[in-house]
Amino acid sequence: MSAIAELSKSGTGLPACHSGSPPPPKTVDRGGGGGGGRASRRASITGLFVLFAAVTMFFAALTSAMVVRRGLSDDWVSTALPGVLWFNTALLLASSAALEAGHRKLKSGDRSRFNLYWTAGSILGACFLGGQYFAWSELNARGVYVFTNPSSSFFYVLTIAHAVHLVGGILALLYVGVQALRLRIGPAVRTPVEVASYYWHFMDGLWIYLMLLLFVWG
Amino acid sequence: MSSPSVHAHQAPTGFIRKYIFSLDHKVIGLQYYFLALFSVFLGMALSLLMRWHMVFPDMKIAFFEKLWPAGAPGGVMTPELYLSLMTMHGTIMVFFVLTTAPQSGFGNYFLPIQIGAEDMAFPVLNMLSFWTTFLALVVMVMAFFVEGGAPLGGWTAYPPLSAVGAVAGPGQGAGQTLWVVSIAIFCGASLMGAINFIATTIDLRAPGMSLMRLPLTCWTWLITAILGLLGFAVLLSAGILLLLDRTAGTSFFIPGGLVFSDQIINHKGGSPLLYQHLFWFFGHPEVYIAILPGMGVASQLLSTFSRKPIFGYRAMVYAIIGIGLMGFVVWGHHMFMSGMSPYSAMAFSVLTMCIGVPSAIKTFNWIGTLWGGKIRFTTAMLFALGFVSLFVSGGISGIFLGQPALDLYFHDTYFVVGHFHMIMGVAAIFGMFAGTFYWFPKMFGRMMHEGMGKLHFYLTFIGVYCIFTPMHFVGVAGNPRRYADFKEFEFMQNLMPLHVFMTWAAVATAVAQIIFVINLVWSMKSGAKAPDNPWESTTLEWSIPSPPPFDNFGGKHPIVNHGPYEYGVPGAPKDHIMQTDPA
Repeated sequence: MSAIAELSKSGTGLPACHSGSPPPPKTVDRGGGGGGGRASRRASITGLFVLFAAVTMFFAALTSAMVVRRGLSDDWVSTALPGVLWFNTALLLASSAALEAGHRKLKSGDRSRFNLYWTAGSILGACFLGGQYFAWSELNARGVYVFTNPSSSFFYVLTIAHAVHLVGGILALLYVGVQALRLRIGPAVRTPVEVASYYWHFMDGLWIYLMLLLFVWG
Repeated sequence: MSSPSVHAHQAPTGFIRKYIFSLDHKVIGLQYYFLALFSVFLGMALSLLMRWHMVFPDMKIAFFEKLWPAGAPGGVMTPELYLSLMTMHGTIMVFFVLTTAPQSGFGNYFLPIQIGAEDMAFPVLNMLSFWTTFLALVVMVMAFFVEGGAPLGGWTAYPPLSAVGAVAGPGQGAGQTLWVVSIAIFCGASLMGAINFIATTIDLRAPGMSLMRLPLTCWTWLITAILGLLGFAVLLSAGILLLLDRTAGTSFFIPGGLVFSDQIINHKGGSPLLYQHLFWFFGHPEVYIAILPGMGVASQLLSTFSRKPIFGYRAMVYAIIGIGLMGFVVWGHHMFMSGMSPYSAMAFSVLTMCIGVPSAIKTFNWIGTLWGGKIRFTTAMLFALGFVSLFVSGGISGIFLGQPALDLYFHDTYFVVGHFHMIMGVAAIFGMFAGTFYWFPKMFGRMMHEGMGKLHFYLTFIGVYCIFTPMHFVGVAGNPRRYADFKEFEFMQNLMPLHVFMTWAAVATAVAQIIFVINLVWSMKSGAKAPDNPWESTTLEWSIPSPPPFDNFGGKHPIVNHGPYEYGVPGAPKDHIMQTDPA
C-alpha cells in the first residue's frame, strides 16, 4: 500500500508547461541516469513494474498452493461464487475505463474532464471494494467461512489479498485526486496519474485472472 | 569531473529527522548496519548458550534459571528451551543479520554513491523499509517474553509442528504466532527495499555509468534485490497461509489424523510438503541473498588491494546473473528427504551441480585477480581473502549435499550444520567485516586501527575453522543435529571431545569479537583522520569527502569516463584511474 503511494508521489519530475497551472513543487534531482532530467519519472515507472513483479509472484505462489492443495486430497468442495462478484467485476472494469479516459483527457489538456473521470473512477473503485464486502457477507450467510473447506479458504485468501492491494490503489487514487484539486497535476506533470492508473489496470487484470481461477478451479 | 547543473538536497536540521526518521540513504544504511550488529551479538549469545548446554548438559547454571524459570528449572536447560534458542538463533541470524547488513546496510549507504546519485529513488519508502524491519525485529524478540516463550520449530518453521498451536509444545503458541507475524512484516520490508534498489540502479545512474561500468558491488546488490523481490513475495504467501492454519482453522498445511500430546488435531487434508516447497523456493535464493553482496565486496577489495583490474569483469557479471537465475531452480535439493520422486531429485541434483559453474568462475577469477598483483595486506583485504577461503570450503561440502544418495545420510547430521555455517554464515560475515574495514573511513571519516583489526581477523579466521570444520567430521560419523544433548547415546561419547573443542573455539571466537567492537567504537572517536581516498580506490565514493556530504556530490552529478577497476594501467601517471578522471 505504502509502496504504491510513494511511487505515485515521487514521480513529479517533469517541468510544468501547461498554461495557467502553478509550477510543480521543487523536487530533488537524484541523478542523471545516463543523462537527461527524467530520472525521477523513469524511476517511478520502473518501481511500479518491479512492484508488479512482486505482486505477480505473491499471487503465483498462492495459485500454485491452490492447485497443489486441490490435487492432493479428497476434501475439496467447490465454492459457488456469489453472484455479486460479476457485478463487482463490471464495476472494476468501469472504474479502470474511467481512469484511463481521465488520463487521456489530462494528456490532451482537458483538466476539468480529467477531474470528472478520475473522481468517477475512484468512486467506482471504492464501490468494488464495497461489493466485495457484500460477496463475503453472502458467503457467511450461506455458512461458508474461511475454515469451511480448502476451496473457501483459498476464495477468502485470494479475494482479501486482492482487496488489500486495492486499498493501496484507492489511497493512490485519492492522493492524485487531492493533488489535482491543488492544481499540482497537469498535462506535463502526470507521472502520479500514470503510476496510479497503471497500478489500477494491473489490479483489474489480476482480478480477471482470479475470477477465472476461482471459476475454473475453485 | 562533474556537470554543474543540479541543485542539492536541503539537509534536515532536527535530531529526529536527521538521525531517527531520516530520509538520507546514508543514515538509513547505518541504521540497518547497527540493527544487524545488535542482532548478530544476540544471535551469537544464543549459540553460545546452546553449545554450553550441549557439552555440559547437567551443569546447573543459576543464570539460566533466572532468564528462563520454566525453561531451565534448577539451572538445567530443557530440550524445549534448547530448541527455542536454536530457532531464534537461526531466524535472527538469517533474517536480521545476513539479509540485513550486506544488502540493506552497505547497499543503502553505497549504492547511490557508487552509481553517482544523490539518494535512493524513493527515500520515504527507504525509511519505511528500515522501520518496518525494526518492527519485525521487535516482534521477533517479543516471542521470548510471551507465555511459553520462543518457538521451537526451527528457522524453517515446518508444519505441522509450527501450525497446530500450543499443543505442540512450549513456544508453539503465542511465540510461534509472533514468529510468523514478524517474518511477514520482514517480507514487506524486504519487498520495499528491493523495489528501491532495482529502480535506483536502473534509473539513477550518473552520465557515463553504463551497466558494464558498474562496480561489482552494485551488480550484486541489484541481483540480490531481484532475488529478494521474487523470493520474499513467495515467503509472504506461505507465512499468511501458515498464520491462517494457526489462527483461523484452515488446513493448508495440516494433514488429517494428527495426534499431538494425546490430543486429536481437528484438521484434515493439508500438506506439510506444500509449505516446504513454498519455503525453499524462497529459502534457496535466500542463501544467495546472504552471500552475493559478500562476493561483490570481495571482488571490489581483491582488485583494489592487488592493484590489478578484476580478472574477467564481464564473466563476473554474467556469473552473478547466472547464480541469481539458477538460485530459483534448485530449491528441491533441500527436500531430498521428503520422499520426492528420484527423477525430480536427479533433476534438482544436476541443476545444483550446474550452479557450481558460475561459482567456480568467480573463484578462479578472484585467484586470477590476485595472481601477479602487488598485494596490500590490509585488514580489509585479509577479510576478503578469508571470504574466498570460507566460500570455497563451504561450497565444496555443498557438492556432497547436492547428491541425493549422500544427502539422505548427511541431511540430519552436523555435516549440514558445518556446511551452511561455513558458506552462508561466516563467509557472509567475513564479507561484512571486509566491507566494514574498507568503507569505515568513508562512513565515519576516520581510519580503523589496523593492529586491532589484524588481531581480530586472525583470531576469528582460525576460530571459525576450529568451530565448523570438526562439525563435518562428526556429521560423517553420524552425529544428529537439532539434539539438545547426546548423553543418552553411547555411540556419541567418542565424539564429545570434538564437541567440547568446538564449544571452546566458539567461546574464544566470540571473545575475539570484543576486539572488533572496541576497534569500531574507539576508531569512531579516536581513529586517525581519513583522507578522501585512503585505499587509492577508483570507484565514485572515493572521489568525495570522508564522510560524504549530505547530498553526496555537492549538488553536481559526476560524469563517469572509466570502468570501476582500472588499476595498473600501462602508461598512466599513477597506478589507478578514478572513474571520474578525464577520458
